[in-house]
Amino acid sequence: MTWLQRPVRAAFDIAELGLDRVFSQHWNPLHHLGALGFFMYWIVAASGIYLYIFFDTGITAAYSSVEYMTNDQWYLAGVMRSLHRYASDAMVLFMVIHMAREFGLDRYRGVRWFTWSTGVPIIVLLFVCGITGYWLVWDQLAQFVAVRSTEWLDWLPIFGTPTAANFLTPESLDDRFFSLMIFIHIAAPLILLLILWIHLQRVSRPQINPPRGLAVGMFAMMLALSLVMPATSHAPADLSTVVSVVRLDWYYLGLYPLMDYWSAGTVWAALTVVLLTVMFLPWMPPMRRAATARVYLDHCNGCVRCVDDCPFGAVSMVPRTDGAKFAEEALVDPDLCVSCGICVGACPSSTPFRRRGEIVTGIDLPDFSLADLRAATEAAAEALDGEGRVLVFGCAHGPRPSKKGGTTAFVTLPCIGMLPPSFIDYTLSRGLADGVMLSGCAEDACYHRFGAEWTDARVDRQRDPQLRRRVPRERVRRHWAGRAEGKALSAEIERFADGLRQLGPAASDPLPPSSERILETVESDG
Amino acid sequence: MANLLKWTGQAVFYAVLAAVIGYFAAAPAYRHFAADQALIKMTFTHGGEYKGGCRRRTAKELQEIAPNMRKDFDCPRDRVPVVVELDVDGATVYRASHDPSGLHGDGPANMYQGFPVPAGEHTVAVRLRDTARDSGFDYTREGRFTLAPGQLLVVQFRAEAGGFIFRE
Repeated sequence: MTWLQRPVRAAFDIAELGLDRVFSQHWNPLHHLGALGFFMYWIVAASGIYLYIFFDTGITAAYSSVEYMTNDQWYLAGVMRSLHRYASDAMVLFMVIHMAREFGLDRYRGVRWFTWSTGVPIIVLLFVCGITGYWLVWDQLAQFVAVRSTEWLDWLPIFGTPTAANFLTPESLDDRFFSLMIFIHIAAPLILLLILWIHLQRVSRPQINPPRGLAVGMFAMMLALSLVMPATSHAPADLSTVVSVVRLDWYYLGLYPLMDYWSAGTVWAALTVVLLTVMFLPWMPPMRRAATARVYLDHCNGCVRCVDDCPFGAVSMVPRTDGAKFAEEALVDPDLCVSCGICVGACPSSTPFRRRGEIVTGIDLPDFSLADLRAATEAAAEALDGEGRVLVFGCAHGPRPSKKGGTTAFVTLPCIGMLPPSFIDYTLSRGLADGVMLSGCAEDACYHRFGAEWTDARVDRQRDPQLRRRVPRERVRRHWAGRAEGKALSAEIERFADGLRQLGPAASDPLPPSSERILETVESDG
Repeated sequence: MANLLKWTGQAVFYAVLAAVIGYFAAAPAYRHFAADQALIKMTFTHGGEYKGGCRRRTAKELQEIAPNMRKDFDCPRDRVPVVVELDVDGATVYRASHDPSGLHGDGPANMYQGFPVPAGEHTVAVRLRDTARDSGFDYTREGRFTLAPGQLLVVQFRAEAGGFIFRE
């Protein structure tokens, strides 16, 4: 699947780079696609409630009530109708881009299969909502949709008589039909909301609201669109004629033309194959997962920081099993762990300041342990040469500098959130480098969700474990950017190195043996 | 200056996004049905007669059936297929045998199908057989219609109404 992911990812890398510059990383719409979908849902819900006040369920009343809203009360109900339509369309658009991005970033396999696969019923329900909405207007587009939909449904051997026959003559339809349709049109979004809740069950701290500035911009855009291009109806439905030309809403009704070229059975088969393929994509092929985080009880005091920081709720606290004096211990659920190492960075036992014995922490990654990280740090530092030496701790999913060697060395982590702040202290206090650069995914676009955010908070001493006060902040720099910004990272490193040259070499301050057991906990120095 | 460029960039982004959303919400128009055509739609939901007559069960057969299931007559549930033909201007455009629905073949046969024709004057003849006979038809009807472009002519069969109904 890599052959397909690569161009998708490259396209998103470029698009995100551009939008980062236009919007800033925090407001970049591509970083909030799921939240924007939610935002549109609320616009649709609020406008739908208002429209329901004026909507009349009846063969002629339905159309005339919609016309009243569109023409007589254009300034409010008409705008609400347009918002209802365009926000619904935007939901489809954001959903498709959201899926493409997660696919391109390979964030749909492994542990993330649940979130991906539960998205498929969301697609189906969203289309049910949209199609039934168009049905309610009872104009010629509704007639086209009604006839085509029922002809398509009749292919399934579930109806005793062809339901499409209900739309052959005006007399064959009664007002109760609209009551049924409005019931479906209200019930489907409620079920959709339930599935959305399930969709987010394996994501801790899901972001369901976009940043305020982006939300304001999106709403203003929707409002402007509604005023400039108000949603209108076709001519009223007339069952004694065949609808000839329709102005399709291609977001929801784009598949309908297929029914003119393919048989109903073929369309059913194609749709089923596509939906099943999407649903089971996480296993085509399955992700080769790294070993999941492991708890070392001898070094776990049940402080809960790994539980707080885990982006996927993979760590929980359970009663102590080893007889230690602490009430609880951390427990990793391998089915939820993505092996990002953020828990390692959160653990106060994660410190490189040990001289004797192997480095063991409370929670660690077997495939890239804290000891491996220290070894990699020291090896990278050894390769540094010259003045203004910069050791870059970088996320495997973030940008890579275009130039390495000389005064720059790179240590790659699964996620920058894996880096315990004590490693910054260790690097500088041991004189391994003159400065430390922390590099990772763009703000709000962390591959593992909270790497950059938690790192910022730890360095800024707003979240445990905090970076010690003694660490000279002018020798620490952070750079969060998209993957395509390798050159920008290199330039930033160069600027940082220039500054470090003016500062001079970092003071080497080996710790005395008595300090070898320092844990990077909530400290009260200063 | 940088801020101005940012705001301008955002405005352009929103304008393009609005244009994409707004345009595809109602365009491009799709022609579903040719402008110079009319449509004949033929539909029925009708059960053919039962395949065989009822047979009185023997005393021995009744003994072998659970008491609560005993009925004097054994009546087959299967129905014969319904055969229909549609002629337009003397040419047969549709001829088919529709099997009864249901797992036991005891439900009504169904048909729903459209036949586009050029707008104009047409003679439409329909025939239906719902009995076990091999040839001939139990119901027939013919009519002459002038169909406007986009007009729908519905041909329904309702046994309770005496057979075929044409609705212009």
